[in-house]
Amino acid sequence: MSALLEVTHLSRRFGGVHAVSDLSFSVDEGEILGVIGPNGAGKSTLFNLINGVVPPDAGRIVFDGVDITGEPPYAVARRGIARAHQIMQPLLGLTVLENCMVGACFGRENMSLADARAAAREVAQSVGLGDRVDTLAGALTTAGKKRLEMARALSARPRLLLLDEVLAGLNPTEIAHMIETIRGIRRSGITILMIEHVMRAIMSLSDRIVVLNLGRKLAEGRPREIAENPDVIKAYLGDSKLLAAVEAAP
Amino acid sequence: MNETVSQAVAKAAAARPQHALGEELLRQLRRPFPWLVVAFTLLCGFVPYLTDDVGLRESLLLAAVYVTLASNLNLMIGFAGYVNFGNIVFFGLGGYIGVYLATSWHVNLVAASLAAGVLVGFLAYLFGLGILRLRGAFFALATIGVNEAVRAFVTNFEPWGGATGIYLSMDAYAPLGGPMAGLWICYFLLVAVMGLSLLLAYAIKTSKFGLGLLAIGQNEDAAAVLGVPTPLYKAIIYSVSGFFPAVAGSLYFFKSGIIEPTSAFDLTASIESIVMLMLGGAQTITGPVIGAFLYEELRGYLLVSQTFSHLQLVLAGALLLLIVLFVPGGFMGWLHTRLPWLRRWLE
Repeated sequence: MSALLEVTHLSRRFGGVHAVSDLSFSVDEGEILGVIGPNGAGKSTLFNLINGVVPPDAGRIVFDGVDITGEPPYAVARRGIARAHQIMQPLLGLTVLENCMVGACFGRENMSLADARAAAREVAQSVGLGDRVDTLAGALTTAGKKRLEMARALSARPRLLLLDEVLAGLNPTEIAHMIETIRGIRRSGITILMIEHVMRAIMSLSDRIVVLNLGRKLAEGRPREIAENPDVIKAYLGDSKLLAAVEAAP
Repeated sequence: MNETVSQAVAKAAAARPQHALGEELLRQLRRPFPWLVVAFTLLCGFVPYLTDDVGLRESLLLAAVYVTLASNLNLMIGFAGYVNFGNIVFFGLGGYIGVYLATSWHVNLVAASLAAGVLVGFLAYLFGLGILRLRGAFFALATIGVNEAVRAFVTNFEPWGGATGIYLSMDAYAPLGGPMAGLWICYFLLVAVMGLSLLLAYAIKTSKFGLGLLAIGQNEDAAAVLGVPTPLYKAIIYSVSGFFPAVAGSLYFFKSGIIEPTSAFDLTASIESIVMLMLGGAQTITGPVIGAFLYEELRGYLLVSQTFSHLQLVLAGALLLLIVLFVPGGFMGWLHTRLPWLRRWLE
């Protein structure tokens, strides 16, 4: 396995706050890497740095052997990194199909409108929005909008998918459904970097986990190693449920 | 479920149908809407000519100018979601360039008008790269600034007659076969510009570029994350939205026989074109046409009415307020929600 994404010594400050400092890790082709950490640990900032929404103060981001540090978001998207946001950002006045078509048209494959329409329809179908393609995005439920975030990112046929808390706010049935969807995405050959607070889900989905605290890497390893790591348990204020989550994971 | 995701992504990646550009064009030509635009344009062009109705011609000429302004403004406001308050600068500057070329350099009217369009479009592109970094109200203010700055420049620019402007002599119409024939030619050309503006808007709306613009109009940050090259697209559409208004300005002021800074860069006209657009329905192609014709009727009535002649702009402002508050989709938006099948015929 070779590294698809390599982040080295990445730092970003907002005023006096070190949102991310001296962070290094890599994501291998085909794996699911989970990112966890308490609120304010710098997880979403990390995603903003990777897809170019915010430029880093220092450090390098190498995607598929190419240095993409400081590239604007649309250039990063074109290279094959797609993102589903924590706070959904649907294009409310466009239909579900049109939302997905934007992803397909301007993603890695630079599809024509007609190809994008076909691709978007298939992806919408596959995440369970097949019967809602002509619905305006603004009319979807929360779970529907989460699916749309996912579908729109997938329509771009990315090589790397950034999932930012896609399970937050979903009920247990919807979570189970979404987990299966994520497994399916990985099987299709897409590498996944995901931030999640739902421990049970991330413990069962991830091949490896990186733990952030105050912008720094606290630990890195397989789910079980992470759950047993004393530093991690301390950062989570002694949440003994961590281990239980690993054991409960199917 | 999980199988379907991997299958869908893999299948779609494997088999990608190739659509040639020519095929796409053919598909567009099989739709009814472009033909409706062509028919409407021909109707506007020939009815006054065949009936030899000069009054109708003058009223349709103004309508054609209004439609051109409103439709091109729609590219910015309706599609990209950027309110251009100073859109009249394209019209005025195009007018100056075209009239200057046609009179001082004796350039053929069509060539002069096209040159005006290209030059204004180019300037708009350069300006756009700068001021489109601003968003919302700040962008709107900057566009007013552009209009005022150009007006101030032209007022002090002696080759263009400064504050008095440029007057055309009767000789200027000689290449067109005299003033009478000249008026008809200007009219036909303006109607053609109107038709081309509508076809341009339709072509953009049904293109990938248009989808990117609509995405920007909905949520610019999300559009960028999805891969839409936002700075480039915004600069292109700002530039494109200046082309036909500039051509129309050149034809209109050539036909009028006089151009001076106050009438060329009249902010009131900018605001009126926003009213027309919102009245007819932003984001639609037919909306600007309906808005322009309705507004021209209304304006004509108000200007001759004893009671309202001084209140024309007050009423336009009130109208805009009412539309934005109660019918944000304008007439066409309202019609489309009631009769969804109509979308296929009237975009």
